[in-house]
Amino acid sequence: MNAPDRALAKDGHVGAPTVRGEDQRFLTGRARFTDDVRLERMVHAAVLRSPHANARILGIDASAARETKGVLLVATAADLGDRRSPIPIRLAPLPGLERFLQHPIAADRVRFVGEPVAVVVAESRYIAEDALDSIAVDYEPLDPVTSIEQAMQDKALVHEAVGTNIGSHYHVSRGDPQAGFAKAEYRRKERFRCHRHTAAPMETRGLIAEYDGAVLRVWGATKVPFFNRRVLAKMLASPESSIEMIETDIGGGFGVRGEFYPEDFLIPWAAMRLRRPVKWIEDRREHLMATNHARETECELEIGMKRDGTIVAMRATVMADLGAYTRTGGGVAIARVPQFLPGPYRIPDYACEVFALFSNKTPVGTYRGPGRYEANFFRERLLDMAAADLGLDPIALRERNLVSAAEIPYDIGKLVPYEGPNAYDGGDFHSAYRQALAAAGYASLPRNGALIGGRLHGVGVACFTESSGAGPSESARIVARPDGRYEIYSGVTTMGQGHETVFAQIAADELGVPLLAFQVFHGSTAYVDEGWGTYHSRAIVVGGSAVKIAAQTMRDKLIAVAARRSGLAPGRLRLSAGAVIRVDDSSTVLDVARLARAAEEGDAEALDATHVKARFDIKMRTYSYGSHVAHVAVDPETAQVEVLSYVALEDIGRVVNPLLAEGQAVGGAVQGIGATFLDELVYDESGQLLTGSFADYLVPTSTEAPPVTAILLEEAPSASNPLGAKGAGEGGIVATGAALANAVANALSPLGVKITALPLSLNNLAASIRAARRKK
Amino acid sequence: MIEPREVVLTVNGERRSGPCEPRMTLVDFLRETLGLTGTHVGCEHGVCGACTVLLEGESVRACLMFAVQADGASLTTVEGLAPAGEMNDLQRAFQEHHALQCGFCTPGILTTATALLRDNPEPSEDAVRHAISGNICRCTGYQPIVRAIMDCARRRKAEKRAGGAA
Amino acid sequence: MKPAPFDYVAPATLDEALAVLVERGDEAKVLAGGQSLVPVLALRLASPAWLIDLNRIASLSGIRRLESGELAIGALTRHRMVERSDVVANANPLLASAMPWIAHVQIRNRGTIGGSVAHADPAAELPGICLACDAMLTVQSRRGRREIAAADFFKGMFETALAADELLTEIRFPAWPAGRAYGFLEVARRHGDFAICGIATTVDRDAEGRIADSRIVAIGLADRPLRLTAAERALAGTKGDRDAIEAAAAAATSGLTARSDLHASSEYRIELAQTLTRRTLMQALPSQTRWP
Repeated sequence: MNAPDRALAKDGHVGAPTVRGEDQRFLTGRARFTDDVRLERMVHAAVLRSPHANARILGIDASAARETKGVLLVATAADLGDRRSPIPIRLAPLPGLERFLQHPIAADRVRFVGEPVAVVVAESRYIAEDALDSIAVDYEPLDPVTSIEQAMQDKALVHEAVGTNIGSHYHVSRGDPQAGFAKAEYRRKERFRCHRHTAAPMETRGLIAEYDGAVLRVWGATKVPFFNRRVLAKMLASPESSIEMIETDIGGGFGVRGEFYPEDFLIPWAAMRLRRPVKWIEDRREHLMATNHARETECELEIGMKRDGTIVAMRATVMADLGAYTRTGGGVAIARVPQFLPGPYRIPDYACEVFALFSNKTPVGTYRGPGRYEANFFRERLLDMAAADLGLDPIALRERNLVSAAEIPYDIGKLVPYEGPNAYDGGDFHSAYRQALAAAGYASLPRNGALIGGRLHGVGVACFTESSGAGPSESARIVARPDGRYEIYSGVTTMGQGHETVFAQIAADELGVPLLAFQVFHGSTAYVDEGWGTYHSRAIVVGGSAVKIAAQTMRDKLIAVAARRSGLAPGRLRLSAGAVIRVDDSSTVLDVARLARAAEEGDAEALDATHVKARFDIKMRTYSYGSHVAHVAVDPETAQVEVLSYVALEDIGRVVNPLLAEGQAVGGAVQGIGATFLDELVYDESGQLLTGSFADYLVPTSTEAPPVTAILLEEAPSASNPLGAKGAGEGGIVATGAALANAVANALSPLGVKITALPLSLNNLAASIRAARRKK
Repeated sequence: MIEPREVVLTVNGERRSGPCEPRMTLVDFLRETLGLTGTHVGCEHGVCGACTVLLEGESVRACLMFAVQADGASLTTVEGLAPAGEMNDLQRAFQEHHALQCGFCTPGILTTATALLRDNPEPSEDAVRHAISGNICRCTGYQPIVRAIMDCARRRKAEKRAGGAA
Repeated sequence: MKPAPFDYVAPATLDEALAVLVERGDEAKVLAGGQSLVPVLALRLASPAWLIDLNRIASLSGIRRLESGELAIGALTRHRMVERSDVVANANPLLASAMPWIAHVQIRNRGTIGGSVAHADPAAELPGICLACDAMLTVQSRRGRREIAAADFFKGMFETALAADELLTEIRFPAWPAGRAYGFLEVARRHGDFAICGIATTVDRDAEGRIADSRIVAIGLADRPLRLTAAERALAGTKGDRDAIEAAAAAATSGLTARSDLHASSEYRIELAQTLTRRTLMQALPSQTRWP
């Protein structure tokens, strides 16, 4: 197990494995998650959800519910009237997807099990749920579309008016794939499948909305509160300035929480109707059917190589099941697959045809490493298959094809319709690869189906690239207070990553005061004029950079004020321990706390230096990269797999806090390892979600989590931001499906087992083993 | 007409009481009626462990009990593990080892670990993993949690040897 | 996921409980540990008008080893008490070995042995252990008391021989014969989950070392725990060597079809039943299976 390396710490706070200051409130039960917030006269909402995957609504009779004691409001589409504009796309507007937007409540049609049909508000959640039971909805069930195959056939349609289930269909390419394949001495084509699963944070979604006649306050916002406020304002036809989004403590996001969902409109709307605070807390059963699903993608992948293993071309058809409606994440979930399919390998000639499909299932959004987990699995599996066919060592095959440091920046072309051409901006993929193999002790690991103690051993590797630091910008505000404290305000949101500590570290280095002097406020729209949020691993890269710039600006301004007032040149002054001091004799020239008091008493120059805003605009996408190595032992009789060791290595440019970065890597790796064996959202042919609770939707517990060695490198700092950092939030998960599938396939190679689909569940592996045995 | 009941119990050493319907779960009673929001609700069907409290010292799922069942009982919640404003050695170990990220599962794991270390002061890593297998965490991957618990056990043992108070 | 409204009574004695059961039985559910019932109520899969809480009846809990060597456990005894009991460890090592497989510690702190047996989940460990040990189940009502053999108790998925007005009050395990060997293994998706398939095995040998009697019970395979009598017959009279064990494993599931669900096909369950039969027999008879 890898303890954070204290040697990584340089002189200051950045680079130190600082423990989190914010932990105390979480450890003592004094955190403030959304459900912990109590407001006077608060009432409780519950949502009636469709039990059918595809049905017409012929009528809704809510009279019994309305008459129930303790019920204040029962609303259906009819009550919302013209307040029913659809929820817009926030990013990745693949052409065609805008035809599948979701209205916040179903009117005459439901398209997935879980779609909101009515909202009840009552004195307690208990009564609200009683009322739900008494609402009678007359449904006319229709044939649902429940698979990628069915979606492609366009026989049953999810949205008749659109006329097809193919929401978006496009091609991307670079080079000349046809010419590339013409050079191939070996070709292999396979169809792969990645399963539907989701993030399942420990805290379900929740909101509280309160309207006092002038201002609408919404608690529970996170991820992208400024965008969500814009959407809410538009949907309510209210000015943005009359809406405040407040971020509470958040119990995990992983991409699925914080997007604008139907309830993000319905609950504020109800609060405005009732003029009482309305709280809605999603229960776990709702969560599994209503919060974004992810990753259900099939890929027909073909690779062309020389006999020596040099890749000459790659070609793919990617089909993703996006569920019944386009969510705010637009086409991200699928658009990233073609982008990351080539990975860190030299593949000059590449083409991908993309089908974004709709079905009568829960809509799909972004989940940690969207598109990457899938793409890495497809590609790395095929590389191992090719290696086996050609009699080549899969390790050497990757060595041969990884883009070399000399070729960086490496132009990856324009592989995403709504983005320009991109390039891998820095790095040594071979160095990372070799270090991962060394850390795993690859050379001495039993593999290739070695039989030890009745189990077959295998090792799998996967190499990846990962983007981070999505733009366009982030803002930060720092205020120096008369009591010596500093307040940092950021537009970044936090779901457990420890940004409060990291931002304090960054600012402490610039301002020369201890970490304890800082208080960090984040997410709520009241804190900064404009914020963007946390997604695509941007919080430290973009948000942290904004904090750094704000802190540097404050430092420079404080020194400038001191210089002006003392007559000394700024070069003879520095900032230390809350004062501007002379470099030569360390005597105090200006006390910051006193200046802060002067600012509050009206001194304009003091105000300008103690209340500083900054904005960081990031101009380029930056790419981290790395490799995972998995060692497994498979019991061929029971199909049980034990992960004996797992190495997750990533170069993230600059490790601002090794303790927290390791936490992200290990957490992401275990989440991905669990997803590869356990997590699965399963529907039956009538579109019923069979995995409707934690009894059937399985996430890893402490006994399923293997030892993970997380290694973070700083060999390729990013040129895109003043920290030199790349995001650390997603690299841990993106190669888990790939490395483990390769490891299990390697272990079962003596049996001739073919692995092309996830999850590697007991039942799936047992079936694969059985099929291979029957062939023999 | 179902009559509400008055439930009287001891929580964190303090006598507390409140009215409730029989169907009100213990976790809802703690959170809503007694205002002790440190215990969390993660699933309401007894799988995730976020609602774990100590009932007569034993870890139980508060979402699988009704408040009326706890009448006359003695409970410990996360708020009672240390005096207000302080952290005990187990909580400090969690902070040192970064054994929490979003913190939502943390109270349930702390109460579970408290009972574990009382029953088994020198657990092996395997024993720790089995003891917390009924508590789901989505953020940390469990590794730092196991480290924190074992470190706490190690330090308590050393202190005992040195004759100091645990 | 809040339960529908119900009224609640917590009788202090068994007689009171039996009386309430008669009065309210058809609109009531009995609450023991609650680890299975409360989720059902939360999901509103059941909405009884009354909940009869047995947890105040102290007389229903307790572990005693009788002079006969039998082990008597009150129905309301918590799993955790059984798990930690030295009396149980000595009186029935198979039962003791199965306890850690049951769910997780928090569930075992509240769940009861009687609750688990009366709930009769096809994949639960305790019904299988009862069957493997030929346990006798004491059942009481206002009409009187009767003893039901485990073999007659489990009727189907969540279905037992309990009448609507009856409560399971005690489980008695026969005295553990000297020299009895045993094994227990289970395959589940995660530690603590319900078994996809589990096998509980007991083997009794005669003075010459031949297998005189055995029990090979499968859980999770069918709608109730199932004795794999074909395997038991294949073992009978043998020395329990490798060949006999292989024969028993191969015969274990002949003629059987297994359940199929979201997590496992019937074919997979059948394969597991055969494999785990072999492996539990090897646990029970290790000396027989040592390679020369």
